[in-house]
Formats: sequence, structure tokens, C-alpha cells
Amino acid sequence: MMPPPAPSPVAPRLKLSGLRKSFGGSHALKGVDLEVRAGEIHGLLGENGSGKSTLIKILNAFHQPDAGTLEVDGRPVDLPLAPGRFQDLGLSFVHQDLGLIRELTVLENLRLVEWGSAHDLALSARKERERANRIFEEYGLSHLDPDSALTSISETDAALLAIVRSVMGIADSGGGLLVLDEPTVFLPREGITRLFDMVRTVAARGVSVLFVSHDIDEVLELTDAVTVLRDGAVFGNARTADMDKAGLVEMIIGRHLAEAAPLRDRGRQAQARGGASVRGLRGPRLRGIDFELNDGEILGLTGLMGSGFEDVPYSLFGAKPVSEGVLARDGRTTDLTRLSPGAALKSGMALLPSDRQRDGALGGVSVLDNLMMQVMQGYRPWRLDNRRMTERANELLEEFDVRPRDPDAVFGALSGGNQQKVLLAKWLEAKPGILLLHEPTQGVDIGAREQIFELLGRAAENGLAVVCASSDSEQLAQICDRVLIIARGEVSREMSGAELTKEEISSQVLQSVTLSEMEQFQEEAM
Amino acid sequence: MSGIQQTVAGAARRPAWTKNFGQRFALLFVWAILVLGFSLARPDTYFTTGNFQTIFGSQAVLLILAMALIVPLTTGDFDLSVAANLTLTSMVVAIFQVDHGWPLLPTMLLAIAVGTLIGLINGLIVVKIGIDSFIVTLGVGTILQGVVLWISDARTITGVSNTLIDWTVTNRFLGISMLFWYGLLLTVILWYVMGRTALGKRLLFVGRGRNVALLSGINVDRVRIGALTASGFIAGLAGVAYAGMLGTADPTSGLSFLLPAFAAAYLGATTIQPGRFNPWGTFIAVFFLVSGITGLQLLGADSFVQQLFYGGALIIAVVMSELVRRRNERRRIAVNG
Repeated sequence: MMPPPAPSPVAPRLKLSGLRKSFGGSHALKGVDLEVRAGEIHGLLGENGSGKSTLIKILNAFHQPDAGTLEVDGRPVDLPLAPGRFQDLGLSFVHQDLGLIRELTVLENLRLVEWGSAHDLALSARKERERANRIFEEYGLSHLDPDSALTSISETDAALLAIVRSVMGIADSGGGLLVLDEPTVFLPREGITRLFDMVRTVAARGVSVLFVSHDIDEVLELTDAVTVLRDGAVFGNARTADMDKAGLVEMIIGRHLAEAAPLRDRGRQAQARGGASVRGLRGPRLRGIDFELNDGEILGLTGLMGSGFEDVPYSLFGAKPVSEGVLARDGRTTDLTRLSPGAALKSGMALLPSDRQRDGALGGVSVLDNLMMQVMQGYRPWRLDNRRMTERANELLEEFDVRPRDPDAVFGALSGGNQQKVLLAKWLEAKPGILLLHEPTQGVDIGAREQIFELLGRAAENGLAVVCASSDSEQLAQICDRVLIIARGEVSREMSGAELTKEEISSQVLQSVTLSEMEQFQEEAM
Repeated sequence: MSGIQQTVAGAARRPAWTKNFGQRFALLFVWAILVLGFSLARPDTYFTTGNFQTIFGSQAVLLILAMALIVPLTTGDFDLSVAANLTLTSMVVAIFQVDHGWPLLPTMLLAIAVGTLIGLINGLIVVKIGIDSFIVTLGVGTILQGVVLWISDARTITGVSNTLIDWTVTNRFLGISMLFWYGLLLTVILWYVMGRTALGKRLLFVGRGRNVALLSGINVDRVRIGALTASGFIAGLAGVAYAGMLGTADPTSGLSFLLPAFAAAYLGATTIQPGRFNPWGTFIAVFFLVSGITGLQLLGADSFVQQLFYGGALIIAVVMSELVRRRNERRRIAVNG
């Protein structure tokens, strides 16, 4: 093969300049520059919506940028990248979902990409296995049997396998760039240590690594340099050695000029009446969560992605497996391990899930049917009273300001904001005592968002207890009376009163990991 | 009714029944044109009272079987065992009447109970163990075929009670055999249950989004098991009707109903309530298919035309509903901007 034209020895492995991308009217990236040196582990930090994922999706040719240039090893490359082109450039990606196929063996997963495009019909099983064993040896995975089923290996080994698969093509050339997009969120602590070791091994072979993460501690521990994105622009970059945690937190969150005023009068909370309490809630990602929930209170739950906060509403509603835990309310105790959604509903709970299409609503049927789904039994179930249902639906559409005010409209034809208002009406119509929300304003426009906040506030004033699991700190600051931060499946901090600002919540979320890790450590030591 | 309510709610809006008028009644028009065409081509044989009485009377078993299908189809499950269920239950009628000398009523109840039990077994395997209904009902259907051959020694059993024959084909109302009226009654009952009761709405909700239904407190498992059981029950009715219609039971002929029943269910889902499996649509589809085939036969077409027609209708129905779905999708996107 011809040697490539000698790149200048100081040229960065990857250089992005002036990258811009907008979706509709909103600017996801407003001229981003990013430079990753050869063999460097480079952290890319930023909050949700700061533009991290848009940037990655431009590199893997999912999005087309509006403007910007890309250089790899000093050579300019045309943007947008053609699909698949990133492989020729030595770019390789490991996403959070790892891209492994559960039904296949370790070896099949390792060779998935090559076999997918191989032209030679005969594969030597013996040679393939030997090769896999050699590679596993090289990367410290020699305990893996190529023929074992993927389901039989640990989460950590699966993540490491995904990384090995990504680098085996590019490491031999002594170059390349591995992009790790939030790879640690589902790993236990011991797994993170092993993953870091592997990333260092990979970097030592001359591969650059772009490490995308929420987690400041991980970035401080692993990376050589960091770039911080905020609101679609680079807020700063630095050598990691020069940074500390507080400095990074400030870079990520910054100071926002227009702070949304909290909607709710928090003083009112003092006169807490009865309510519910959750004790020892455990599940796949939850390790014993306790909290009180007062009537008339909006309680926020938040944390890093994968911390388990998003499982809580579903676990309380019997929609996610629970291994332990009880809910006490009005002197009655509910065993959460045996709760079904039907029983939860009967006991006065309601759940508004985040995934509207899959869990929330039936896109193909009418607004009326969606609205009345759980109250239909009250309208003469054996001779449905369509007139009265339509009347009630019209009242609700008026009250919740849903447009169009047409109960016969197909639900899927409504805008995201109007869909969410319909669903809120649907659940409040069931007259619950506890309303569980997960990302209640996802995919909802600003106007509807404010309306939904108002509706929630009004419902709380009438005595409804609301649990709102959300990664949107601004929203939590605006509507919540208290916020619990969940880290690695446990409540790591409770915030209330004047602490409830967007910045403070974000900052506590970003710092939550070490705190709970320490607690977990102590617990395990005992 | 709902049309009036609509105009009260929004005076500018058109009444509900005119919405999608063309799409909803297209099949009805095509049927009319088909009948008109054949009548012009064969005025002496096709356009006769006798022929129309045959068209409506002869395929009522298919109508009942198609009704059995649309219940689980609405909840999102297939039942490929309905035709074998019909064959088995008709055989049960013949064997217990002829070989064991049971009186008519207990025999009928037994046959219907057998059909219902088969549906329940389908439901339990599909839902409780969590296996695709397609595979389960395909397997169960094949087992039933084996059972039929076993219990009948592969014989055709003749001598089914005359009372049953009288009350299915011999007795007529308005010149059409009773069987048709039973099918019509079933259509009305299903239309009422599926469209006018909370139970019927639950069937639809489960079929359209299992997660949504589950999170809305609907006992999804029970609804799905119930739908497959209902399918078995109605297939059992169809089996009794089939035994009465033929006066005999044979171990194979009932199996040929499976594809026409699916064709009718899918074709029916393109009309009256497009995009939904619905009883009146299915009713129209059955008689559209039968009118077409009868006409072709009177024109002298070979018997293989039947397969071409049923198979073609099934494919066209599925293609049409897919196209309609895509058009609605595009419209929806256009609305949302």
C-alpha cells in the first residue's frame, strides 16, 4: 500500500472548526471548534441539550452540518461525511447501547461488521476463534470464551467487547479516533475501573479517544484534555490537569441571565397534611429508596442518566420490576413487588410516561378514546354513553386548552404540546391521589410547557401529590417543592426552598456520584 | 346521534358520517358495480332471485368464521386455528349424534364447548407463556387436523339430525336460509360489543398499544386470552352451522375456509371503519368475495379461479390498508408541520 502523504507531526488527529447545525429554528451547534491530539483522551462535557450528541451524530454521518470543516491528521475531509466514510477515516464509535446483538455469540458480535460485508464465503471457524482469542489476550479479556452466548457475559465485559470491536480495525494503523458516548452509565464501579484501564491501553497504542460524559469525576480521572459545550457553543477547553471539579461544574452550568421564577409558593408547604411514604424501594437499578410524599406537594426526582431516578415512577405504578419496597398511604400499605398497573390505578395512582408513542397514548385512535380510556367504565360500560362522553371530552379540551377542540380528531395528528395536555387531562380525569410523571414536557413547545406547569400547580393546590422524574433542572426548579437527587440507585441528597435553582440542581446532580459512591462504600464495608 | 352532537359542538364541521365517505364506502360501490357487471353479462343465471338467495345463504359459515377472526385480530393476535377448530367441532357434532346417538342440544353444546376450550388453550399458551400467536395457533390448528382424522378414522360421517339441517339451510326467512340470518345476528352483536361497549374499546386499545393499555390499568393478558377464547367459541358455532349446512361432517373440507376468512377480515378492514377490523366491513367483504366468485363461475371460469380471487383479494386488501395508513401518516406530518 502507498504510504499516506506524511502528515505534519503536530497536526491534531481530529480538528473540527466552525461547526454549525440547526433544526428548524433552533440552533443545536453555533460554530463549534474541537481539537483532539493523537493518542489523547479528550473529554467532551456538557448538559443535556448542550450539543454533544449533535456533534457526535455529525461525525458518524447521521446529521449533515450546515457549515464547518473537518481535518483528520491534518488532511481536510469534506463534510457532510458520506455514510460509512468515517470508517475509512479511522473513526469508530461505541454508543451507550453498545450495538451488540444479544442473540449472537461473543465471536459473532466481535466479527459482526466484517462478516456483514465479507465477500469470501468460507470462514474458518478455527482461525476466527484463534484470532479472537489473540485479540482478547491483547486487551486483557482472555477470560472470554468466543463461543459463549452474549447473554452469559457481564455488562462490563459486554462494554469492553464493544470497545475492542471498535478499535481492532483502527489500532493496527497506529492512528484513528475512538468515540465513547456515555459508555459508563450502566456499569458498576468495578466495571468503570476496568473500562478506564482499557481506554488507557487503547490510547497507549496511539488511538485518540473522545470521551463523552456527564460525569465530571470520570472525566477528571481519565482524560488528558476537556472541551465543555454549553448551549451549542464551546464554553471552554483546558488540560485536565489544570482543572478541578468546582471549576468544571461552573463551566458546564454557567450563569444564566434569565432565570425562570418558580411558579409555586413554597411557603405553603409548611402545612403539610397527610401523605404517602415509600420505603426500601429496590429494583434492577434501585438500591433502596425512601421518601415521604405530602399531599399537595410536587416532588422532583433527578440524577445522572442511568442513576435510576427515571425508574421510580414506573416502579411505584407496578410497571417496572420491583424486588422490594412498600408504599404506605392513608393507613394502607401496598407491597410494590406485587403491584400491577391496574391495581395501582385503583388505589388512586396515575402515571404519565415519557415515551408518548410507546407507553402514553394511542396515536391512531381519537382524542376522545385516549381521554376516556380509564374512565369509560363510568359511562354505562355495556351501552356506552357517547353523548355524555363527548360532552365531558369537550369540557376537558376547553379546560386544558387543547387545540383543535375536536374530540374526534386523531390523536397522532395533534402537536406534541397538545398531545401532552390531552394525556394530562386523561390522568387527572381519573381523579388520582398521586400523579407520577416522567419527563412531562419532553417534545413539548414552550407555550404548552408553561400551561402544563400551571395545570400541575393547580392540581397540587387541590391536594394532588405529584412525583416528577426529570433530567430538566430548569423545570424542576420551576415546579417542585422538593427535589431528591438519585445517584447509583439511592437518594444522595434532598433539596428544598431557596436551593431550588436550575444551577444548584444541575451542580448537585453533577457532583452526586462521588457522594453516593462513598456511602455505598461505607455500606459495603459494614 | 353522534352526527347531531358534532354539529352542536362545531357548527362548521361536517357530520361524522360524511367523513372519509369515499374511502369508507368504496368496497360497497365496487360490490355494486361487480354485481351489476355480472348481472348484465349473465342476466338469466346471475340476476335471479335464486342466485342471490344462494349467494347470501351458502357462505354464511364463512361469514361466521370471519367474525371469529376479527376479535383476536383487533387485539393484535392471529388465530390460524379457526378453520381446523370448525372442522373438529362439526365432526364432534356428527360423531356424537350419529355414532353415540346423543340428542341434538347436548351435542351442540358439547361442540361449542370444545371450540371454546381450544380458544382458551390458544390464549393461555400465547399470553401466559408469551409465544407469538401466529406460531401457537398454526401448531394447534395442525394438531386439531390430526385429532379430526383420528376420531373420525378419516371417514365422512353422514346422518346429522334433520332438525339441525332444517334450522340451518332448509327453513328460510325472506327466501334466504336461516344460516344467513344467524350470521347477520352475529354481525350485529359483534358490531354492538366492539363499537358500543367499554369491553369492545378495551379490545381496540390492547391491539393498538399494549404498553399504553397496560399503563392505563387494562388487564391486557385477560383481554387477549378472552379474545382468543371468543374466537374459539365463534369457530365452534361455525362448526355446528357447517355440520347442519352439509348434513355430514368430513375431515378436510372445512380447512379451505381459512384463507377466505382472512381475506374477508382484511378486506373488511378497508371499509366502513377503514383501518380497523370491523364487523360490517367484514360482512360486506364476505359477500363481495362470494358475489365475485359466483359470477366468475357462472361465466364458466375454472374452479382454480376461486383461489386466484381469494388470494388476490387478501393481497390487495393488505396493500390497500397499508397505502391508506401511509397517506394518513403523511397527512398527520403535514398537519404537525
